[in-house]
Amino acid sequence: MSEQTMETGTHKAGSGDALLVVDNVTLRFGGVVALNEVKFEIKKGEILGLIGPNGAGKTTCFNVMTGVYTPTSGEIRFDGTKVSGIKPHKINALGIARTFQNIRLFPEMTAMENVMVGADARHKTSVLGALFRLYRVRPKEHELPDNGFARTMAKTFGISRHTLEERAGRKKAMEMLRFVGIADRAHELARNLPYGYQRRLEIARALATEPKLLCLDEPAAGFNPAEKADLMNLIRRIRDSGLTVLLIEHDMKLVMGVTDRLVVLEFGQKIAEGLPEEVARNPKVIAAYLGEPDDAAQA
Amino acid sequence: MSDMKEPATDVVAEPADEGRKAGFMGLPSLGIADRFANLPTWAKLPIVLLLVAFAFYLPNLNILPFAYVRTDLTSGGSDWGGVLFVVVIYMIVAIGLNVVIGLAGLLDLGYIGFYALGAYSVAIFGSPSSPITQKIAERFDLGEGWAVPFVACIPIALGIALAAGVTLGAPTLRLRGDYLAIVTMGFGEIIRILSRNLDGVTLGPKGITSVPRPPEPSEGFFSSIESAHWYWLALCVLILLIFLTRRLENSRVGRGWLAIREDEDAAAVMGVNAFKFKLWAFAIGATLGAIAGLLFASKQSYVEPTGFALNLSFLFVAMVVIGGSGNMVGVMLGAFLITYLPERFREFQDWRPFAFGVAMVAVMVLRPQGLVPSRRRAREFEDRKHEAEEAAADV
Repeated sequence: MSEQTMETGTHKAGSGDALLVVDNVTLRFGGVVALNEVKFEIKKGEILGLIGPNGAGKTTCFNVMTGVYTPTSGEIRFDGTKVSGIKPHKINALGIARTFQNIRLFPEMTAMENVMVGADARHKTSVLGALFRLYRVRPKEHELPDNGFARTMAKTFGISRHTLEERAGRKKAMEMLRFVGIADRAHELARNLPYGYQRRLEIARALATEPKLLCLDEPAAGFNPAEKADLMNLIRRIRDSGLTVLLIEHDMKLVMGVTDRLVVLEFGQKIAEGLPEEVARNPKVIAAYLGEPDDAAQA
Repeated sequence: MSDMKEPATDVVAEPADEGRKAGFMGLPSLGIADRFANLPTWAKLPIVLLLVAFAFYLPNLNILPFAYVRTDLTSGGSDWGGVLFVVVIYMIVAIGLNVVIGLAGLLDLGYIGFYALGAYSVAIFGSPSSPITQKIAERFDLGEGWAVPFVACIPIALGIALAAGVTLGAPTLRLRGDYLAIVTMGFGEIIRILSRNLDGVTLGPKGITSVPRPPEPSEGFFSSIESAHWYWLALCVLILLIFLTRRLENSRVGRGWLAIREDEDAAAVMGVNAFKFKLWAFAIGATLGAIAGLLFASKQSYVEPTGFALNLSFLFVAMVVIGGSGNMVGVMLGAFLITYLPERFREFQDWRPFAFGVAMVAVMVLRPQGLVPSRRRAREFEDRKHEAEEAAADV
């Protein structure tokens, strides 16, 4: 199961089919219109950048996609299934994972455990299964223990699903930590990790849920140029492993360097969409976003 | 007691010094708990067995100077076995409440409600003097003095507690933090007031007598005076429950609870069905509370509403918080201290509230995480070993 994500890299950049469709989504909080008739698509295998000035509604857009908010009108379809209005954990099960703008790890759990929570999303053991471990599974050859007696026992009685899933989760977690490059501190509490590690740990945790679409909410916030370059690489590797990536980012250099397409929001409305170079030349975008000195300066 | 693994993995003996080395390497201030957790399985087992054996021996403890821990040395002291029994009962309560507060992070101030439910269900169904059993006996012509046998009362009590946990949890677990605390507190009071006023079921303030006893090997083995026997029984139940709760803790469910405690929204987005897991935590907590209440009622052979006052709920929470919320050994220590110390130092009874207050403040100032904080280092060591093995295999 763990190899699946890494090996389904059949789709190359923007193969055409829409993976996620945001269809005229409007979200109101009382009188405030956070999103107004927003409409765009994410194509399978692409890296789509979602940009816009502060308060444009990018994170809100993420929240609607991942089930934190239900849109006032319009709907979101993922792989043909309507996802707007269903519970966050079910959306995750369908294959959307995300990170948070302000890091939200499980601080009192180790990095490894954080990622294992993600891996657990694909597992089934619940309370009774963990308590009594009566649900036995016939293990595959490579899952059998080496030791003679244990091996015979496992062959005769099978191995409990709990144990198998626990091992698979551990393996998956380690794999993901290595993938994002923080395996060396796998056993430290998340809150003790340095900032850059925490950011990458969030990505590892999201990847462990085996998503089809990974939404990154400003993953480079607070990074220095070297770290940003690493991150760009990581995002590309994620895409090459077969995932589709949606990226919110302020850093224009990073966005221009890594994304295939851009969607620009301002005041809850989509004002432009297209290839990065086109968007960068779009006068509306320049006025709304790049024209603002404090945002452009940090690019 | 710290790490009970599956038998299947126990068979693979781990080299002794490998485990030790990982423990001392570069990590400052290893506590006793960490060192213990870091021992290889074959070394842990005898220590655990020794501890268990000692626990079973406790009621007969008569060697000086250890005998000073007994509570019945002075005249008017409490029955030593009885005190031990209550300590174990409250340890069960603390473990149950720890699942709710320490693991899932749900502040439950009405835990006494579940304890009372356990006690009352065994009394209502198991005692021949309860109105319900009398009615059933009359209706089905079962004859005078019929009652549900003790063994059959256990599933009834567990079922009722489980149902109560789910019924209370389903509507209220949408609330968070303080709001949940207030609702649960209300629940605890509702159960107590019901038990006092539902005369037709609970006999009101009179209480129900002749609560059934467990099956006895010999006549009077489990009579109320034989507190040592009761202690041993409760201890067996406690050990079983520790074993089961540990299994939960070290599983997908336990991780889900921790994730919910740490950040519920993030957990939900990572695929944790927060509501379901919280409901399970509540239901399991309720069941453990009911087991404790059932044993207690059965030993007393008498239940009445004043035994389930609200302040006991706070005492339970205090056990969890003082001991170290989230750590099973910690909360058991908390339960032990809060139950045992007042009994041992009965001479200073007048000072009890004062001492309690001072102790609370001292713990909160000096060790805000509790006496045995949940540091979870043990698990890290375990992981580190596995990782080393995997890394070796991968290359």
